[in-house]
Amino acid sequence: MNVTLKPAPASLDVARIRRDFPILSQTVRGRPLVFLDSGASAQKPRAVIEAMVRCMETAYANVHRGAYHLSEVATESYEAARAAAARFLNAADPREIVFTRNSTEAINLVAHSWGRGVMKPGQAVLVSEMEHHANLVPWQMLRDDGRGIELRVCRVNDEGELDLEDLAVKLADGKVGLVAVTHMSNVLGTVTPVERIVALAHAHGAKVLLDGSQAAVHRRVDVQAIGCDFYCFTGHKLYGPTGIGVLWARLEHLERMPPFLGGGDMIASVTLERSEWAPPPAKFEAGTPPIVEAVGLHAAIDYVTAVGMPAIEAHERALVDHAMRRLSEVEGLTLLGRAQDRGGVFSFTLDNAHPHDLSTLLDRAGIAVRAGRHCAEPLHTRFGLEGGTCRASFGLYTTCEEIDVLAEALVKAREFFA
Amino acid sequence: MFDDLRDLYQEVILDHGRKPRNFRRLEDADRSARGDNPMCGDRMELWLKLGPEGEIADAAFLGRGCAISMASASLMTETVKGKTQAQAKEMGEKFRILAMTGTCPECNGAIAEDMERLAPLSGVHEFPSRVKCATLAWHTLKAALEGTKEATSE
Repeated sequence: MNVTLKPAPASLDVARIRRDFPILSQTVRGRPLVFLDSGASAQKPRAVIEAMVRCMETAYANVHRGAYHLSEVATESYEAARAAAARFLNAADPREIVFTRNSTEAINLVAHSWGRGVMKPGQAVLVSEMEHHANLVPWQMLRDDGRGIELRVCRVNDEGELDLEDLAVKLADGKVGLVAVTHMSNVLGTVTPVERIVALAHAHGAKVLLDGSQAAVHRRVDVQAIGCDFYCFTGHKLYGPTGIGVLWARLEHLERMPPFLGGGDMIASVTLERSEWAPPPAKFEAGTPPIVEAVGLHAAIDYVTAVGMPAIEAHERALVDHAMRRLSEVEGLTLLGRAQDRGGVFSFTLDNAHPHDLSTLLDRAGIAVRAGRHCAEPLHTRFGLEGGTCRASFGLYTTCEEIDVLAEALVKAREFFA
Repeated sequence: MFDDLRDLYQEVILDHGRKPRNFRRLEDADRSARGDNPMCGDRMELWLKLGPEGEIADAAFLGRGCAISMASASLMTETVKGKTQAQAKEMGEKFRILAMTGTCPECNGAIAEDMERLAPLSGVHEFPSRVKCATLAWHTLKAALEGTKEATSE
């Protein structure tokens, strides 16, 4: 009998990691900060902060322009960040990495350049009910643009999982040109079966865009193994700075797509009459790019890579199990979504407290959670929760003790409103 | 753990939040408006019935929202009844100051007693993100009186 032993992921020394994040040592209203809003934006390790400071203090100039030392150094750093992002997603080529402002801009870029430049009238875009507005509104705008592009929506079941039968039904007529879905819901925590989605979509002639804003933070993403066509994530949720996002797309797609924004740096030649585009990725990076932010993102990628994505994933699995157990014990608490495969995002309601009142109370206990509809209004409507939910979302620095503090505060909050 | 929050969530607020008064549709209303807080999903519809002199004879609302927004709407419908439209608008202005600063130095004259009834909501001034919860009802009232139909406290 052959026994294959999988090496256990190196366990994660959370205490040590927490020391890397200066902000986590502060107190809020006299209590230790319990930051459970990493899904909205994560905190930054010293390595990221220092890399950005170092860049501005010693190695800053505009990129791709000057034939002088500092500009060459800055250009090297900027392109090294692109190579790091490519490795992070296991992209085949760094030229497949386009830097954007965030995931929202990455999706808008695809909606504009692929949706308006490559898709044909009569084709459809298929999204799901659990999308963040960033992966819904750009497609509504495309639909309403008078180009004859239809917008279809795949249902989400009561467990908060993508209804794959519905997906197949909506792909069946072969009119869907692009499936644009999340890799992990920012509300339900649901991780979607991306390999199956890609297989289904490709079998029906549709390309696939995955919104990895949440997923890329929590597990190893390999775009070649997944087989998708477009993938995006944002720097600030990955412990990097705001103002930088990543769009990965197959080079052949980027080559077919017209530019998104026009300006400097994205052209091969310009006359007063017309311009010729630079090859990708420059074609999609008009104007001075986020240089310092790219350096920060590079440091963030190095940081999570050094900690190890498998270790981060294992740590998060332990947090999810712990949160599932502790939150289920809170009387009157209802969890939104009970997907089998899920990450560290928990949205919930408490029977006698409105989410906003609840988050004000939790703030008093030093706990930062988000209240509202988390940029996913249709999903909340789908579950009859127009008033919103509270959401606790975890990062690699989150501890089981913090989840205990949350659970205990929730019990007291319920008493407060009784 | 939450004792110091009793300033914000005074008993009268929790009570009005749980059991809002005038929580019904007003048939044959003379004025109405919808109030919306798109960021948090708070939503209300307000109806006013005017008396022979144009004064507010009755006020009622339906909606959903947090304890603060429901209590504020409930207290508002109670306090504007019998007021002239000008008085009601003045109360709205004063209430905004009360919610933002915690005090209302010019809350005197004919409306002094009613502003006193709204004072429990002054605690929101320490919670900048919650001020809009308290003011939504008053924005909606202004929209109803001015005939703009839609209000937002964003």
